[in-house]
Amino acid sequence: MASTSQTTPSGGGRLGALTAWIDDRFPMTKMWKEQAAEYYAPKNMNFWYYFGSLALLVLVIQIVTGIFLTMNYKPSAADAFGSVEYIMRDVEWGWLIRYMHSTGASAFFIVVYLHMFRALLYGSYQKPRELLWIFGMLIYFALMAEAFFGYLLPWGNMSYWGAQVIVSLFGAIPVVGNSLTEWIRGDYYISDITLNRFFALHVIAIPLVLVFLVVAHLIALHEVGSNNPDGVEIKKVKGPDGIPLDGIRFHPYYTVKDLIGVGVFLILFSLVIFYAPSMGGYFLEHANFDPANPLQTPPHIAPVWYFTPFYAILRAVPSKSLGALLMGLAVVLFVFLPWLDRGKVKSIRYRGPLFKAFLFSFAIAFLVLGWLGMQPPTPLFTNLARLFTVVYFAFFLLMPWYSSIDRTKPVPTRVTYHAH
Amino acid sequence: MTEQVDTGRRHFLTVATVATAAAGAAFVAVPFLASWKPSARAKAMGAPVEVDISKLETGAMVKIEWRGKAVYIVNRTPEMLASLKTGDNRLRDPESKESEQPEFARNEARALKPEYLVIIGVCTHLGCAPLDKFTPGDPTVSSDWPGGFFCPCHGSKFDMSGRVFKDVPAPTNLSVPPYRYVSDTRILIGAESENA
Amino acid sequence: MRTSVLVLAVALAPVAAFASGGEAKLDHANIDISNTASLQRGAANFVNYCLGCHSAKYVRYNRMAADLGLTEQQVIDNLMFTGERPHDTMKIGLNPDDAKRWFGVVPPDLSLIARSRGSDYLYSFLRSFYADPSRPSGANNIVLPGTAMPDVLWELQGIQEAVWEGHVDAAGNAQRHFKEFKLVTPGKLSPEEYDGFVRDTVSFLEYIAEPAQLQRRSLGFPVIAFLLFFTLLAWALKKEYWKDVK
Repeated sequence: MASTSQTTPSGGGRLGALTAWIDDRFPMTKMWKEQAAEYYAPKNMNFWYYFGSLALLVLVIQIVTGIFLTMNYKPSAADAFGSVEYIMRDVEWGWLIRYMHSTGASAFFIVVYLHMFRALLYGSYQKPRELLWIFGMLIYFALMAEAFFGYLLPWGNMSYWGAQVIVSLFGAIPVVGNSLTEWIRGDYYISDITLNRFFALHVIAIPLVLVFLVVAHLIALHEVGSNNPDGVEIKKVKGPDGIPLDGIRFHPYYTVKDLIGVGVFLILFSLVIFYAPSMGGYFLEHANFDPANPLQTPPHIAPVWYFTPFYAILRAVPSKSLGALLMGLAVVLFVFLPWLDRGKVKSIRYRGPLFKAFLFSFAIAFLVLGWLGMQPPTPLFTNLARLFTVVYFAFFLLMPWYSSIDRTKPVPTRVTYHAH
Repeated sequence: MTEQVDTGRRHFLTVATVATAAAGAAFVAVPFLASWKPSARAKAMGAPVEVDISKLETGAMVKIEWRGKAVYIVNRTPEMLASLKTGDNRLRDPESKESEQPEFARNEARALKPEYLVIIGVCTHLGCAPLDKFTPGDPTVSSDWPGGFFCPCHGSKFDMSGRVFKDVPAPTNLSVPPYRYVSDTRILIGAESENA
Repeated sequence: MRTSVLVLAVALAPVAAFASGGEAKLDHANIDISNTASLQRGAANFVNYCLGCHSAKYVRYNRMAADLGLTEQQVIDNLMFTGERPHDTMKIGLNPDDAKRWFGVVPPDLSLIARSRGSDYLYSFLRSFYADPSRPSGANNIVLPGTAMPDVLWELQGIQEAVWEGHVDAAGNAQRHFKEFKLVTPGKLSPEEYDGFVRDTVSFLEYIAEPAQLQRRSLGFPVIAFLLFFTLLAWALKKEYWKDVK
């Protein structure tokens, strides 16, 4: 049978022959070239561009450590808490696998928030990348669900009460609220039944959804090509060979650069795992070292840190249903950014003072709301939360106005790059 | 434009980085693979089991569980011990050369003290629990049956020391677990013997 | 940027720290997990004074022996009194129904108490019992007012009384607050010795809350050193390739 592949790599010998055999049956070399070796990315990507590959790394870490945890974890109300301690004490190296997974959960959100912030900085959600952004937001929603379901599994007292509070939020929905919460729980209260189904969702259902969404996200990215810190479309200026003048091949240049990101990330990751796995109660909360007790609420219920900005917004509003609605809106509004943003300019480097001011205030509001969400709801803190909730929503709701009237700077046709 | 690519340096750095990454991956794999070893709880549950044999009548058998397996302890009568001598040419491995047992059990009685047989009640063919057929000539086995163990699944036969007969599916003698006497009436199964 | 987020989280840690009921000011326990002698003493204290009512059901005797530098025989002779085997866990015979009848509550398992409440809390709690005739056990506790736990260590610490001070609150009502303790009956140990006793016991509680910590910290250095080496190598590789990019 005649070989239909391209030239067999010279000097390949048996390896070259094997490659040719595979390529005749599966587009291995073709995919490698299209997605890496001959995929052109802007040469001016900076620090903010590490977090996509890091998010993928953390996903892999969570899946692998998660699989090994599932080998010893028992998803029943009677055994769950004890099985986690079994992993921590009796299973060889169980403690390390557990800490990798708990640290990985927080690392996932740190990386994803920074990854999302990059998009705000450089307008990466703007046309033609709206669908890429939507897939990303769907990944974020799936990630929040994954974290929420996963947090019930240790069956600690914070697990129990956190789930109790969040599930009861659905009771705020008019008409269907109470039936809905009962349907979610599968029982009249958060019970063994709820735990078992959250286990199924956390271990297989949402991970499958996540993997599918990540693949879609990457396909969408490769279709339009990556944005860059100047917001310049590199495909607009190509050389005679059809290659963007400001583009460089992803492999080897970005595979090699991302390795540094991986190294630095793993160092920080290891610092936490080996020296501060509880992170002062932020990554592993103190109350969760008590088994779930339906008769005793922990003194301060707070969700894990990555949900606290939205929790602060929930608590800021005096009405339960309106608070829940605003909390949901705070998350969902992100999806509409490509249409809220009327600016012709993508990157903050060329935006006017209004956008910069609103983005900066938004970032501060997010961090402050996050901190407030961890504090007890005193009158002072509640008023502060209300103030910063307004700032938070102003970023989105006023954007059609300030993004269109902003005094932008002229955008160059070529990226700014200094050799490094 | 005048700088030439130093392919030698590039190749060296690439190899060094890949090798380091591979070493790192190997290091990381160790805890995951090691987590499959028996945990402290498995070792605790698989710990030696102490059995009180003071109430075991002569000719009787008691079954206990150790590491998920059935262990038979038989208080053998002098007749049962005598029957061990008559079957040598009917046995596949009368000197226990191929079967699993501690050193002290590589003898005719296959035990530390001949009166008490401690044997793992798992047929060496496919794992069924052999039945105790201690009566010589038991019609449910055969007329020339000397007494021993009979496996109901595929008909394997073992003598009063658990030694396998020829022409049966089981390939080896029943295994003897490690054990020792903590007193005259207490056997610790799963513990190493002092005179091993 | 990520470092500053991390630093922010760490800096804010004390704010969200252990603020449990009573809001009493906690003393610093100053424990040192690497002090094996302290852990051994703490183990003996725990077995002699706590294990009667409080189980430590996730702790195995043989693992504790290995971590504390004791032989199994030493543990059997000195720390095991009710016929368990070294591979068993520190369970107790106290019937939960009896406990509920006697104390009103089942004494909690202490395997993880140090991770749940913190060593400063435990150290303060065990030194904050005072005579209170209004309580069924005759004692109360400043750190956990209304505790069902009796003052089990009174023979060692002695008996102390709470000294109260008056003040007027924001609404103009007269209130009292805790000022200090007064030792009215000395115990077998001096106050410094008793503090050391409690410190050893709390060290042991810290240890059993996470036995792996002894191993965890020692692994950190070689792992991070290796990763630093890898990162530097990756950086050199990146610099070499990026010479191409003008």
